[in-house]
Amino acid sequence: MLKRVHFGPSILPFLLVAPQIAVTLVFFMWPAGQALYQSMLVEDMFGLSTEFVWMDNFKELFNDRYYLGAFKRTAFFSFLVAGLAMSTALLLAAMVDRIVKGVFAYRTMLIWPYAVAPVIAGALWVFMFDPTLGIFAYALNTVGYDWNHKLNGGEAMFLVIAAATWKQIAYNFLFFVAAIQSIPKPLIEAAAIDGAGPLKRFWTIIFPLITPTMFFLLVVNIVYAFFDTFGIIHAITQGGPAKATEILVYKVWYDGAVAIDLGSSAAQSVILMAIVIVMTVVQFRYIERKVEY
Amino acid sequence: MIENRPLTTILAHLTLILGVAIVAFPIWITFVASTHEAVRMTQVPLPLWPGDQFFINLKTVLFDGVGSSGATPVWLMLGNSLIMAMMIAVGKIVISLLSAFAIVYFRFPFRMGFFWMIFITLMLPVEVRIFPTFKVVADLGMLNSYWGMTVPLIASATATFMFRQVFLTIPDEMLEAARVDGAGPMRFFWDILIPLSRTNIAALFVILFIYGWNQYLWPLLITTDTDYFTVVMGIKQMLEAAELAPDWHLIMMTALLAMLPPIIVVLSMQKMFVKGLTETEK
Repeated sequence: MLKRVHFGPSILPFLLVAPQIAVTLVFFMWPAGQALYQSMLVEDMFGLSTEFVWMDNFKELFNDRYYLGAFKRTAFFSFLVAGLAMSTALLLAAMVDRIVKGVFAYRTMLIWPYAVAPVIAGALWVFMFDPTLGIFAYALNTVGYDWNHKLNGGEAMFLVIAAATWKQIAYNFLFFVAAIQSIPKPLIEAAAIDGAGPLKRFWTIIFPLITPTMFFLLVVNIVYAFFDTFGIIHAITQGGPAKATEILVYKVWYDGAVAIDLGSSAAQSVILMAIVIVMTVVQFRYIERKVEY
Repeated sequence: MIENRPLTTILAHLTLILGVAIVAFPIWITFVASTHEAVRMTQVPLPLWPGDQFFINLKTVLFDGVGSSGATPVWLMLGNSLIMAMMIAVGKIVISLLSAFAIVYFRFPFRMGFFWMIFITLMLPVEVRIFPTFKVVADLGMLNSYWGMTVPLIASATATFMFRQVFLTIPDEMLEAARVDGAGPMRFFWDILIPLSRTNIAALFVILFIYGWNQYLWPLLITTDTDYFTVVMGIKQMLEAAELAPDWHLIMMTALLAMLPPIIVVLSMQKMFVKGLTETEK
């Protein structure tokens, strides 16, 4: 952690960490504390008086049908996005491993959605599926399917999952390619000499060896689906229709900014923070395990 | 390549081409939409092949904006996005370099305390503490300013960790030699540490520039003055207006302009990008 050879005590190190610590204190610690405090307050309709209610906001949340619904929806959404983005990326990465020519070209063509902002990804997909004009809505219409994600909750969910997955494939792809490339070639060659075909080699050698990467990506993807998809949902469905696509992070924003229920919004923030902390700990556990390999 | 199986190779290429097609199709559609005129964009089926209005649309969007008169011209939004992305990327790199330097090279009271304090920021994404942070920024009078848009986002645990890791791999003899030559801490920092971590700084810059450019929820809350709107936010405003009278050709042109800078950064610095991605996340 500290260098064996280092500088002695002086005022300088304090000055060096000061900017980082100041930003952390003012914009992280203090607001987080505020969220914690606010989560135990109830404000009346006009914001004239507040009352300290301990855990009531949390109790209310866990008895709230809509909140529990949002929880389930978020779990469904995250696992589908993580699963689809990871399996597509793994398939593409395994295919890249099989070819010799054009690897760079394919990689270049596959990674750019990473750079697209979630809201813009949302705008792209909402345009393609616009019920009156969209190219896919039109195609579906010609085969007799009446697409309208503005009215049908299931279709809205499909659309946000598709957009969120589309954006995340690039990231997973890069990590899978790196993981597959780091497998020692002699292992694969030995298996090939013993007569194992490509598919058998994939399942018995490559797949088990990249499970650490898969686990890492699973956590990252779930965190992504939990938090970074706000823009996608905001652009495509605004949580609708009838809250069919309202995930937790969207609800925090909605309850705070639109419904102005700050106590409940803060309590939801606190629950989300707890979820992030658990995931971060899980992720670090994984890194420790990786060191032993 | 271990054995020659032409069939599986063809299959691999086909799968990849299909993958590229799926990944690239939305972007193609965006490009096509940005090259047609308004009337064509209201007739189904929408075109799949580019038209000839690209430069006309580009000019409209850049200088007149989208929507009714008085709309913010997109060049202004692009400028705001650029300022925000640069401030976030540079700010994060500078304060992380400084704090990593302090933590690795100095013995001082509360060293570990500071380290853990920085670590905690890793656990609090801006989305989960959005309203209390907004209140702090409002109390400090930083609404509708570039500072308000960027400073709350520049504390970075991941960048600090990465630089810490880099500094730890630099041999101790470097410092000993520098000392023998009479260099003080800041001299050592400038003339040895910074040049040695140049590639890491570049790699991190790519990731952070994209992160900064793509910020959405935070600037959305902080700015009400249209002069500070970023292009990523602008798209959303245009989509809302599109509910009534869709100007898809202009919206998609704006989307194209909003995607372009980060995509160019990723593609032109591909090696740095991959390095940055794999190093900051692990």
